[in-house]
Amino acid sequence: MRTVRVSCAVVAAVALLLGASTASAQDSPQALRQDIDQLRRDFDALKQQYGERLAALEAKLAAAEGQPPAAPAGAAPAAPAAGQPPQPTAPVPAGAEGAGGPSGALPVYGAAVTGSKVFNPDIAVIGDFLGAAGRNLTDPQPSLEMHESEAAFQAVVDPYARADFFISFGESGVDLEEGFLTLTELPGGLLTKVGKMRAAFGKVNGLHNHVLPWTDRPLVTRNLVGGEDGIDDAGISVARLIPNPWIFLEATGQVFRGDSDELFKASHRGDLSYVGHLRAYQDITESSNIDLGFSYSRGHNDAAVTDTMPDSFTTQLYGVDATFRWRPLQRSIYHSFVGRTEWIWSRRDQLDALQKASGFYVSGDYQFGRRWFAGVRLDRSDRATDASLTDTGGSLLLTYWPSEFSQVRAQYRRTNYALAESANELLFQFQFSIGAHGAHPF
Amino acid sequence: MKYALLMAAALAIATPTFAQGKLTVVTATEDLASIAREVGGDRISVEAIARGYQDPHFVEAKPSFILKLQRADVLIVVGRELEIGWLPPLIQQSRNGKIQPGADGYLDASLQAQILEIPTGQITRAMGDVHPLGNPHYWLDPENGKRIAKEIADKFSSLRPNDRAVFQQRLADFTTRLDAAAKGWLAKMAPYKGTKIVTYHRSFPNFAERFGLDIIGYVEPRPGIPPTPQHTLDLINEMKRQNVKIVLVEPYFDLKTPNSIGRETGAEVLVMPPSVGGVKETSDYFKLFDYDINLLVDAIKKVGAK
Repeated sequence: MRTVRVSCAVVAAVALLLGASTASAQDSPQALRQDIDQLRRDFDALKQQYGERLAALEAKLAAAEGQPPAAPAGAAPAAPAAGQPPQPTAPVPAGAEGAGGPSGALPVYGAAVTGSKVFNPDIAVIGDFLGAAGRNLTDPQPSLEMHESEAAFQAVVDPYARADFFISFGESGVDLEEGFLTLTELPGGLLTKVGKMRAAFGKVNGLHNHVLPWTDRPLVTRNLVGGEDGIDDAGISVARLIPNPWIFLEATGQVFRGDSDELFKASHRGDLSYVGHLRAYQDITESSNIDLGFSYSRGHNDAAVTDTMPDSFTTQLYGVDATFRWRPLQRSIYHSFVGRTEWIWSRRDQLDALQKASGFYVSGDYQFGRRWFAGVRLDRSDRATDASLTDTGGSLLLTYWPSEFSQVRAQYRRTNYALAESANELLFQFQFSIGAHGAHPF
Repeated sequence: MKYALLMAAALAIATPTFAQGKLTVVTATEDLASIAREVGGDRISVEAIARGYQDPHFVEAKPSFILKLQRADVLIVVGRELEIGWLPPLIQQSRNGKIQPGADGYLDASLQAQILEIPTGQITRAMGDVHPLGNPHYWLDPENGKRIAKEIADKFSSLRPNDRAVFQQRLADFTTRLDAAAKGWLAKMAPYKGTKIVTYHRSFPNFAERFGLDIIGYVEPRPGIPPTPQHTLDLINEMKRQNVKIVLVEPYFDLKTPNSIGRETGAEVLVMPPSVGGVKETSDYFKLFDYDINLLVDAIKKVGAK
């Protein structure tokens, strides 16, 4: 009985629902049509509103770009002729309009050029300030000196080459320290440089002053390899990696005009100087490595005093260098050690006799904190023009790095000169770099 | 007959090398190497230059890296000037036209990624070692991981059109797996949303943004400048004021200052690798997040601070 009553109720409910739904279905077409009409009217109104606003905006935009405003409807848009970019413009300053001043948009001059500034080379300037205290009668250095301001300009030339310029400003006078083109994509894996450059003779000769681990250059390079500037000459350099399964091996051959301070002097076009360098490098562990170099150089010297015997005097240099580096990778910014040495032999023809001079330096630099380095260097070298005279010396160094971009260094140096009294000096240096972030030295 | 068989065998071994060989890929960091491996599979060989436990700003430009670059078909860099101190001279000496910046084999992985902390207005080095193109530690966000992978897949495909299907398939697979994993990571971190932390260097902005952490300060007073006593004191006071209980330190920084901050504030000091290979457990891109998130969640639970 109960089930019957329940089922009756269900049937009634279903019937009611069905009835309701059919009823709504019956009067829906009219309502729907009305709704649709209303929507359509609303939409048309909106469309018109937006169309008007859009046209106004377009006109404004065109005015801002200095084009005649496009007609709101129908007319063809006033596009600039192909290949003729729209002239950049600026609005007339407020208040200047009318009153005899310009009206409409003003052209902006120089705007097209600003885009090309992205091709400007990377520019950096490195300052090197040197001070000296103590007594040195043989090789005196000023007490305070803005020793060098080096300006570097570096950029890629085209898909095949890059260019690097290093211009060195002394307190008076300017010198092109280096300026060369590097061809990166020659066949045969040849890395070719053309221009004026520091020669690949040994290690120190190739380094700029600001990456040296000392405030000065070692005695051996000053006595035998052309003074402070070293072999730095105009020429062509070709370097090639020698493929082998074991180590990094690079051979470099260089030809120069033959003028390098006191070392080489060219009195004829044919008096070229040559440098050959072989570099072998091997990782010992991930934290340590060894770097060996063998160098040779030959050129004409300035011993010839007359033109009667022009080409007969040459200087030949032989060099061996070794560098050991240790830097634990996980603490690489806190601790490191670099030990280096260079041995150089010189054979110099002179009027009196062949001078066979030699010399070396040994140095070690230990980084004992993120910003602190301590170093030591031992020097010994004969003089190139008189091998019987031998200078010796030693230095202690302390370097502090406020940041990657500046450095303060102190160096105690004792030099025992062959013909004069010994010199005890305290040298100090401030170095600072602005501009583009250069590569860290290795 | 024996000879002929030998010849045939030799030929059979040799022929695959006549077809397109494996792409030789060199990446700047192990993170990029891991993603490249996911995309390239056995169609590439990949090597990274910087180790994950090494500060990527200060890698030495060793000549042995020149040899790697000389043989590379593709070089993938992090970009945003992260490698500016060491990669340019290596590329320049590589004698490899394929990987020079702008050439087909050079890929800057940052181009499609979401980059944070792009400085606006005047910037100077008084702000420390700022990166004018934005923070280069962008890979620590799985969303960016997907974007990097897509770029890599497109680059591989353009260089090896025959393997396009393989690369795109592997990319799709990687993306699916990364999405699934990221869901898990987000779920794990969800209860700790808004946790305040301090980091040593600005290595974790993308990670913090993705996983809802609030970085309130740095152990370095300015990027690349080592901690100073005054800054450390200020930081300790700020951490006490805001009840900050987590300090993240990259594996290559000295723990002395972070530890003393930890002692003063009761904060947990975590050595958290920002890179694949930073610790030995983080051997690939997935494990990097697994490790970092577990480390964080455990520490947050331990200090009970939110």
